[in-house]
Amino acid sequence: MTTDVTENRLAGDAALDFYTLGEEIADTKAPDVSIDKVWQTRQFQARLVNPANRRKLSVIIVGTGLAGGSAAATLGEAGYNVLNFCYQDSPRRAHSIAAQGGINAAKNYRNDNDSTFRLFYDTVKGGDYRARETNVYRLAEVSANIIDQCVAQGVPFAREYGGLLDTRSFGGVQVQRTFYARGQTGQQLLIGAYQQLERQIAAGTVKMYPRHEMIELIVAGGRARGIVTRDMVTGKIETWTADAVVLATGGYGNVFFLSTNAMGCNVTAAWRAHRKGAYFGNPCYTQIHPTCIPQHGETQSKLTLMSESLRNDGRIWVPKRAEDCDKDPRQIPEEDRDYYLERIYPSFGNLVPRDIASRQAKNMCDEGRGVGPAVTERDSHGVERQVRRGVYLDFSDAIQRLGRKAVEAKYGNLFDMYQQITGENPYEVPMRIYPAVHYTMGGLWVDYDLQSSIPGMFVAGEANFSDHGANRLGASALMQGLADGYFVLPNTINDYLADAPFEKLSDDDPAVVEAREAATARIEKLLSIQGSRTVDSFHKELGHIMWEYCGMERTEEGLIKAIGLIRALREEFWRDVRVTGVNEDFNQALERAGRVADFMELGELMCIDALHRRESCGGHFRAESQTEDGEALRHDDEFLYVAAWEWGGEAGKPVLHKEPLNYKAIELKQRSYK
Amino acid sequence: MVKKFTMAVTGLIMIGFLLMHMYGNLKAFNGAEAFDHYAHWLKGATEDGGILYPIMPAGTFIWVFRLFLVAAVVLHFWAAASLWRKSSQAAGRGYQRTVRKAQTYSARTMRWGGVIVLAFLIFHLLQFTIIPGTFHADPSSPYSMVVASFSQVWMVALYAVSMILVCMHIRHGFWSAFATLGLNMSARSRGILNGLAYFVAVVLYVGFMIMPLAVLFGWIG
Amino acid sequence: MKLKLRIWRQASTNAQGRMVEYELDGVSEDMSFLEMLDLLNEELTLRNEEPVAFDHDCREGICGMCSLVINGVAHGPQQTTTCQLHMRSFSDGATIDIEPWQAGPFPVIKDLVVDRTALDKIIQAGGYISSNTGSAPDAHATPAPKREADIAFDNATCIGCGACVAACPNSSSMLFTAAKITHLAMLPQGQPERYRRVKSMVAAQDELGFGNCTNIGECAAVCPKGIPLESISQLNRDMMKAMFRGDGK
Repeated sequence: MTTDVTENRLAGDAALDFYTLGEEIADTKAPDVSIDKVWQTRQFQARLVNPANRRKLSVIIVGTGLAGGSAAATLGEAGYNVLNFCYQDSPRRAHSIAAQGGINAAKNYRNDNDSTFRLFYDTVKGGDYRARETNVYRLAEVSANIIDQCVAQGVPFAREYGGLLDTRSFGGVQVQRTFYARGQTGQQLLIGAYQQLERQIAAGTVKMYPRHEMIELIVAGGRARGIVTRDMVTGKIETWTADAVVLATGGYGNVFFLSTNAMGCNVTAAWRAHRKGAYFGNPCYTQIHPTCIPQHGETQSKLTLMSESLRNDGRIWVPKRAEDCDKDPRQIPEEDRDYYLERIYPSFGNLVPRDIASRQAKNMCDEGRGVGPAVTERDSHGVERQVRRGVYLDFSDAIQRLGRKAVEAKYGNLFDMYQQITGENPYEVPMRIYPAVHYTMGGLWVDYDLQSSIPGMFVAGEANFSDHGANRLGASALMQGLADGYFVLPNTINDYLADAPFEKLSDDDPAVVEAREAATARIEKLLSIQGSRTVDSFHKELGHIMWEYCGMERTEEGLIKAIGLIRALREEFWRDVRVTGVNEDFNQALERAGRVADFMELGELMCIDALHRRESCGGHFRAESQTEDGEALRHDDEFLYVAAWEWGGEAGKPVLHKEPLNYKAIELKQRSYK
Repeated sequence: MVKKFTMAVTGLIMIGFLLMHMYGNLKAFNGAEAFDHYAHWLKGATEDGGILYPIMPAGTFIWVFRLFLVAAVVLHFWAAASLWRKSSQAAGRGYQRTVRKAQTYSARTMRWGGVIVLAFLIFHLLQFTIIPGTFHADPSSPYSMVVASFSQVWMVALYAVSMILVCMHIRHGFWSAFATLGLNMSARSRGILNGLAYFVAVVLYVGFMIMPLAVLFGWIG
Repeated sequence: MKLKLRIWRQASTNAQGRMVEYELDGVSEDMSFLEMLDLLNEELTLRNEEPVAFDHDCREGICGMCSLVINGVAHGPQQTTTCQLHMRSFSDGATIDIEPWQAGPFPVIKDLVVDRTALDKIIQAGGYISSNTGSAPDAHATPAPKREADIAFDNATCIGCGACVAACPNSSSMLFTAAKITHLAMLPQGQPERYRRVKSMVAAQDELGFGNCTNIGECAAVCPKGIPLESISQLNRDMMKAMFRGDGK
């Protein structure tokens, strides 16, 4: 790396118009010892709270998914007073429940050379070398405990006839380390955590508040001390204070409107915290999942994912010639099919990581070899063309090899779901799939202790940015959520709580009043506009902008355009949105309006982040930065850092803090799955 | 749950009794003597001292048995009433439109049907046990009472209709009792239980109605 | 497609509710049922009427948030969740009745939204295995026979939507409770608390005001996850054993 090159690139950084550069930051919590000793050392160094004192301390946890639910249950068991909030009507409904495929653990039950180090290595490599080594190693370390814990709770993992646990492989790895419960692993793990949570609720250590949405964070004396919620049934605005706040509020994929996230998934809690000073890490890292059911039309409200495990036995292909694309796939002979993943990546084949599988599907469709109904699209220059957005995922080989029964046993529920949604029978006709937004690797910045840049506010699960770098490998989200909630957070939060209890905040404390009034004012503003457009119409338009310019392929020109469009849309939103009803009622339009308002601000930051990162890495693909054969090209000399963004104020620009990534245990390489 | 188990056990006891009762009725085809002898034997009024003599003194069994059956009826009724009350308390506002996908007609009529069956039972006891000798029959000969009653068309018709209700009650009750007692453990056992329930209901209906019809058409009597 | 919808509108828990009729045009058969309601709500909003409140979240049939009695059947004609029901199941010009779950322990919050926290309370009464974080032995320490593990899984797929209660003529929660009982009773880890669990969960559902099971089978006929009726017999078995055991509390 020469200074000249860097300066030249910097000079060409169009993003500089949109942000200011702040000071570098560093994770100060991970001890500087060899990678396999970091967690053990940190656990020993962290100060403890004695069991008798825990009763005097309270912790607010927002979210009841794998991270939030398991953290609430575990902290409750430890003896803290936990207040747990969720927007759904029951903690069992958090969207972790929709994860299908499985959960990784370095158990090496298969005797296939798996180890903590290999899981660590695969995850870092899968994340395209943009994750923190220390965090990922810890994740790999505790992965085995998670499986033990879940089995003890009664999670019915798939078993073999000998009564022992079965495993399978997932994308981006060559060992079989993924534990699963048919196609409903997320559901089973969440129900496990939920049962533990209900047990603590019954024991009185956790107080549960369903149908409560966090709409503001309370920061007092430089510490996160509480939250403001809206009771979604009565509209009551309430303030809650505690010694620490944990956000486990999931990802923000719904910024794209269409995603595989639940309808209610939102960024509001995280975004409100960001506006109060929490840094947002790598917002542009979005995962587009390759195996989703294609969109049916403009009225579609969400996309449905089908587990990546399908790629174990299904083969992905498109016709070799564009003129075959409207033919019945069964009539296309073998030699006219292009099994493009097997062709381009012979050693990983259909099991390449998600970002690669997705981008190649897009490439095939862009080339005109997509399948399914043709839709009209407009490119960034406004030119219209007809494109088919789908590729085949074909099980005929697997059915021939294993028999229909075996395929049914493995994937039956996924096939049923596909048939239910599309009306086509996947045992007869190959499935059609297309990538869809699925997961966000970015999230609130946290240190090794999972503490954000606001002291006392911790962030767990998908809501934080920590473990997946620029791309998450399959079956790692469940692992991270549970690692954070069961094993990491309960062993780090005590270091912070050792200084507690903090001075009690009264209802009329200026910090509490400020937060409550800000939240109320915002709701009143939303209700008072009474414009002409529905909330959903804004959300859809935002989604179109994000998908077009900040989706699978990003360009400088497109991102700059997107920022302009989002700003204009935001202005229009606050002038012309129509929210019916009143606050003091069950009002779903109002709930959505608040969320969409925050998505718009986040969308802009995502575009700025994507614009400033002039390299391709993992799920972030900048068209300007690719190898000759179209693979993502990283620039480690310039971008080997976490982009942690600080809120720059309503009128100001966001401030970029770089946290350099130090690779000591793993050598940086250009990723290859060929 | 105790009530439900009570319901199941007492119901099965009554089904058992009905099977025995049916056996007794069919004795009518063996002639007046056999029929009356069986009845008297149950009451301990035969020369050999009747059923269970000498374990019990002659004539005792029938009272123990009656007490036992009355207890079963009372418990069954009590459990039904309190479960019914609980279910109606649990009911919501009710739907504007309801389509049942699994409920059979007999399951739907368990409660009011049960009440009618109870009324029929009381009528039946009044007719043959409590006020014997209706239709100028000889009160000491059950056979003559049976013949006198079932020579009336309307009486046979009444029994035919009532027995439909009884057997429908048994159709769901038989299956439900075994399900409550934990025997519905697979689709297969569900099939068997339901099949048995239909079988028992039909057997009881045929077994009970064949004798009155025979009387009516003058085949016996 | 053009549809006539008759939807239960109720302002709040204690308000009087009624069926209100709406005409809806432009429905495509690829839409999910909830997307059809989204379309209606967009139109209502533009007409300055209050949109219909209904619960929904994942829209992929797994979170259990969506409900709705459609044409008299919980989750509609397909034995799947409402969110997975697609408009191709209805014909053009059809009239569709849409009502909320009705059961005493599920009070209506607004329109089609009901309060199902009673189901969480049944789980609180014992629908878990007491195993503190960090206390678990190795996952392979206790093998679990595949047959039982599969039964456990089948029952663990319950999504807690409450359709079983909504469809039950007795408003009984037996299938819900039985699914949890069976799930945990089939696993070696569930044995220590097995009989205590069944007693306290059954007591809880009674206290919460659910009705009694009379083995009608409506619950299993509408269950979107196909929880079988035999789970109820499993619960009954365990309950009988619990009544004769000391450790049943």
